[in-house]
Amino acid sequence: MNQEKKQDLQEKAREVRIETLKSIGHLGVGHVGGAMSIVEVLTYLYYAEMNVNPQEPRMNDRDRLVLSKGHAGPALYSILAMKGFFPKEWLLTLNQGGTNLPSHCDRNRTPGIDMTTGSLGQGLSAAVGIALATRLNKTDNRVFAIIGDGESQEGQNWEAAMSAAQFKLGRLIAFTDYNKMQIDGMTEDIMDLAALENKWESFGWHAQRIDGHDFEALAEAVKRAKEETDRPSMIVLDTIKGKGCSFAENKLGSHNMPVSADDLKEALAALGEGEN
Amino acid sequence: MGKDMRTVYTDTLIDIAKENEQICVLEADLMAATGTKTFKDVYPDRFFDVGVAEADMVGVASGLSAEGKIPFAASFGTFASRRTFDQFFLSANYAQLNVKLVGTDPGITAQFNGGTHMPFEDIGMMRLVPGLVIIEPADIVSCEALIRAAADYKGSMYIRLHRKGSNALYAEDQKFELGKGNVLVDGDDVTIIATGFIMVPEALKAAQILKEQGISAAVIDMHTIKPLDNKLVLDYAQKTGAIVTCENHQVAGGLGGAVAELLCEECPTPLGRIGSQDRFGQVGTLEFLIKEYEMTAEDIAKKAVSVIAKKR
Ligand SMILES: Cc1ncc(C[n+]2csc(CCOP(=O)(O)OP(=O)(O)O)c2C)c(N)n1
Ligand SMILES: [Mg+2]
Repeated sequence: MNQEKKQDLQEKAREVRIETLKSIGHLGVGHVGGAMSIVEVLTYLYYAEMNVNPQEPRMNDRDRLVLSKGHAGPALYSILAMKGFFPKEWLLTLNQGGTNLPSHCDRNRTPGIDMTTGSLGQGLSAAVGIALATRLNKTDNRVFAIIGDGESQEGQNWEAAMSAAQFKLGRLIAFTDYNKMQIDGMTEDIMDLAALENKWESFGWHAQRIDGHDFEALAEAVKRAKEETDRPSMIVLDTIKGKGCSFAENKLGSHNMPVSADDLKEALAALGEGEN
Repeated sequence: MGKDMRTVYTDTLIDIAKENEQICVLEADLMAATGTKTFKDVYPDRFFDVGVAEADMVGVASGLSAEGKIPFAASFGTFASRRTFDQFFLSANYAQLNVKLVGTDPGITAQFNGGTHMPFEDIGMMRLVPGLVIIEPADIVSCEALIRAAADYKGSMYIRLHRKGSNALYAEDQKFELGKGNVLVDGDDVTIIATGFIMVPEALKAAQILKEQGISAAVIDMHTIKPLDNKLVLDYAQKTGAIVTCENHQVAGGLGGAVAELLCEECPTPLGRIGSQDRFGQVGTLEFLIKEYEMTAEDIAKKAVSVIAKKR
């Protein structure tokens, strides 16, 4: 990846953080931590990887994304708005009665959302089904999925892991947002996932582990994953919960937190809002 | 301001656990929401957080119960019910064990967590489990009393627990019995049977509105949905000749369903049911949602008037 491209993506990621914090801040409460930790992977996918069309959100051969940790929807909504799937003004309706942007991803409400999620542990199975269907349909797309580390404790993920390997889903590329935190504490203390990439490997997946905030590493890992043709890929992302948000970064309390006007101002200033 | 409902839940368990060594508390990464950390602090050995794994939690609780422990296991009502139904049905209930499953954030109180987190079906699902006792406390006084009753009761239960907020409808010394509804207001023209922290106060407000219209409404707090207090329902059906049920849940399968089944078989009586009308949940504030699902005191009063009009 050349320097220019990298800076471009970094700038986009900054914008995604600003938009996301504004939309959560407008409401005054939300899932800041888990939204911030996936900003780079989402930015990479939507600005450097995925074939999607804002004018035709359900385009047949588009690449799909299942954001299984559906509570991080607000980060994805910012990107979809920035790409023109819907007006940016919608971002300020987050979670208000009648909104098209509910806290958890909803395929029937939001253009560009491929799967409804929110009950943790269900998304990867859906991604397996989508990958099977696109294989039947002979469209040439890929299916991406993002799961949480706490979410990985749901047994259904491991059922999906076996199906994806059994069905040789080479076009399925999943990410784990390994931010080391869940609601009740550090994942290590609650229900440890140690040797996570080895777990996936032993379930028949191609597994990698990278810095989830590093665009070059993301590009490299996705390139490697795409070389796998008959087994699914897991890319475990070492990330920081709340990354880039001054009042949330690396804080356990960032999971679903109140955001005051002052917090918001401070965080936006730290992100250089209004500067180019 | 009194204690939050969830604090009452945890404090009561801490207190019972002093005398009763069998009490255990389980969580699936929602300790911070249920507020059971204080239990963990006092009884670290009797507290188990299984991570985001509700089915595992209920299976583990069943095993604990098989060895004589009395597990209280909590999650959001959606996940406590829908994600553990077979484990709860089979490992806990069919096996005739003693698991107290707690579903928090009932109905519209899920608010900003939205449709994926808004249980409108948990009571209905649980009513289908043979012999299961289902309760939904309406205030902090009944919450404490019913948690104590749950610990004493030998058998599995589903406890629908409101989490944030405090309200005292009852005097401290009020008596509660599983399976026996409490008449909060007596009346002659219509009976409002309500359950839970949101709907019982709305029912009381509705009775006031009706009173101003010259209508005398009785209000019953039906804290136990199963077994239903058949005698009380039938007595008031006969006495007032019109019934309105109020629940923060689907009208099908829950309290309204239970009352409809009973009345239809034993004492056909005009009935109106307040609650979600076969709809999914959605995001919004409590104020927005209670209007959206037509569950306000005004909606209840209107329903009461229309049911009274059906009396012969
Ligand atoms: C089945 C289910 N159980 C519980 C919850 C409540 N919940 C929402 S997020 C969360 C913690 C998830 O942790 P993690 O996957 O690590 O999320 P992140 O750190 O990425 O925000 C929990 C328990 C849920 N949404 N779904
Ligand atoms: Mg996490």
